[in-house]
Amino acid sequence: MTADIVVINQERVFVMNAERIKELQIIAQDLRITGLKMVQYAHSGHIGGAFSLSEIMAVLYFEKMNIRTDDPKWEDRDRLVLSKGHATVALYPTLATRGFFPVEDLRTFRNIDGNLSGHAEMKYVPGVDMSTGSLGQGLSTAVGMALGAKQLGKNFTTYAIVGDGELAEGQIWEACMYAGAHGLDNLIVIVDYNKVQLDGTVKEILDTGNLEDKFSSFGFHVISIDGHNVEEISGAIDEAKATKGKPAVIIANTIKGKGISFMEGKSQWHGKTPNEEEFKAAFEELYQRKKELEG
Amino acid sequence: MAEKIATRHAYGEALSEVGKNPKIVALDADVSTCTMSCMFGEKYPDRFYNVGIAEANMVGMAAGLSTLGLIPFVHSFAMFSAGRTYDQIRNIIAYPHLNVKVVGTHAGLTVGEDGATHQCLEDIGLMRVIPNMVVICPCDGNETREAVRAIAEYNGPCYLRLGRMAVDVVTDIPGYHFEIGKAQMMKDGMDATIIATGMMVQVALKAAADLANENINVRVLDMHTIKPIDKDAIIKAAEETGAIVTAEEHNVLCGLGSAVSEVLSETLPVPVLKVGTQDTFGKSGNAEALIQRFGLTKESIADKVKKAIALKK
Repeated sequence: MTADIVVINQERVFVMNAERIKELQIIAQDLRITGLKMVQYAHSGHIGGAFSLSEIMAVLYFEKMNIRTDDPKWEDRDRLVLSKGHATVALYPTLATRGFFPVEDLRTFRNIDGNLSGHAEMKYVPGVDMSTGSLGQGLSTAVGMALGAKQLGKNFTTYAIVGDGELAEGQIWEACMYAGAHGLDNLIVIVDYNKVQLDGTVKEILDTGNLEDKFSSFGFHVISIDGHNVEEISGAIDEAKATKGKPAVIIANTIKGKGISFMEGKSQWHGKTPNEEEFKAAFEELYQRKKELEG
Repeated sequence: MAEKIATRHAYGEALSEVGKNPKIVALDADVSTCTMSCMFGEKYPDRFYNVGIAEANMVGMAAGLSTLGLIPFVHSFAMFSAGRTYDQIRNIIAYPHLNVKVVGTHAGLTVGEDGATHQCLEDIGLMRVIPNMVVICPCDGNETREAVRAIAEYNGPCYLRLGRMAVDVVTDIPGYHFEIGKAQMMKDGMDATIIATGMMVQVALKAAADLANENINVRVLDMHTIKPIDKDAIIKAAEETGAIVTAEEHNVLCGLGSAVSEVLSETLPVPVLKVGTQDTFGKSGNAEALIQRFGLTKESIADKVKKAIALKK
């Protein structure tokens, strides 16, 4: 029996089994390694905004979400809409590793003969709940799913992952306004707050201002966490699920390109493909960290 | 002839009727008393969502609702339900082939006094260039009811184009049968064919009657489905009558006329002359006056028919 780990973030206390923490950290690191291999096969793909999501994906798909890999369309499953649909380098390795489709299929990412298109694709990829890619639209579909669950008397949770750059899209706030006004407490929005977008920092391009205040004023229960800390992610999801009468948002403070030192926080790694040397250095770093975690 | 009724009014009744299917849900963006989705809302308040003036979000929500097996009908004026939300319809409804019905009322010039910002003359084009979309523009109340029943049954994305103005019922004729993608022959003739959609079917029939007085016998096809277009009926008309005039309350670019030309240019090239707005915006005014000003008249159609016949080889 391993000890529980206690993390204190502002007013919140998160408790989780130490062994499980380590398992999820290793899964997250494996998702990065698999994602980088995928980009290497494809010679293209968005690394930065995928690696900021690795721990979040690990906790959602390997700990929290109620899903059946042998029945991807199971009607009572929890849903996840990747509104920042370019983060397939996070989503596809997660779905494959979780068992929705063979990991070998990841070799066909962005390939003309494969089904794993550059942006999330629901029609051909098992486990993808909504096709996304045109930014700002996914959150509305998640609101529709949450509303539909209420309409049909179903108890599943709908998660939506939005990018911080994506928050500039007006439709995001249309969706938030609806979710808040109608108290959709079965909706959990996760903001990948990595503070960097394609052309530069979010602060430079279009400053989001105070996100807590913004979401709070739209009627959300707001939880701010370290988005690379699995116990905080897990605790925040529990708190969000326990919130009644209003939707919840988890503002996950993350680092774009997390895990590869020369990519971290750099906008040029939003969608750039590394060269051979860079791949080598990146893999070395990822494997080194994995070894430390397994230590 | 039956009493005049706007297609949007017939639509409201028809949606309430198909609403007995508990999977059907309706969304509107604060114009439900204009689109007449309010009739569904009164009958089925627990399946009616007024989302506020947020059409992009409405379309997105509909996509999400449809993934749960529900059949959402989304409503606004054509300018906003099809124009404003082109990207949403393309990417999250048509691309994944979701079962969402987009309804655009107040289409075309006959919105009247509200003017150019509300007179959508491009929606047929916008919607028909999207793969997977079915595009339907009924001509009268009767056909609207049939179209609503058909799209409620059809599993996939559809766009339904409706008008504001009350129009004559012309499809209450023996042998009328509505089927998505099948043109309805309204009148037979061998000298030329008028292919019309929406309220221009009525105008085409009047033009045909006038032409008959001059011993010109034209066929009139009611092309209620713009996509998938009835290629067979178009090719047959070209073969048998040798000249075509299209008529639509829409820009002549990318609308019905273009769709007909696309078919014939690759199969049986014959003259295709187009009645519609000539790549221009509308303007405020009384609907009837606008119809005259922009040449959506029986006289324009008859004139084009004569020109088309003269162009025959």
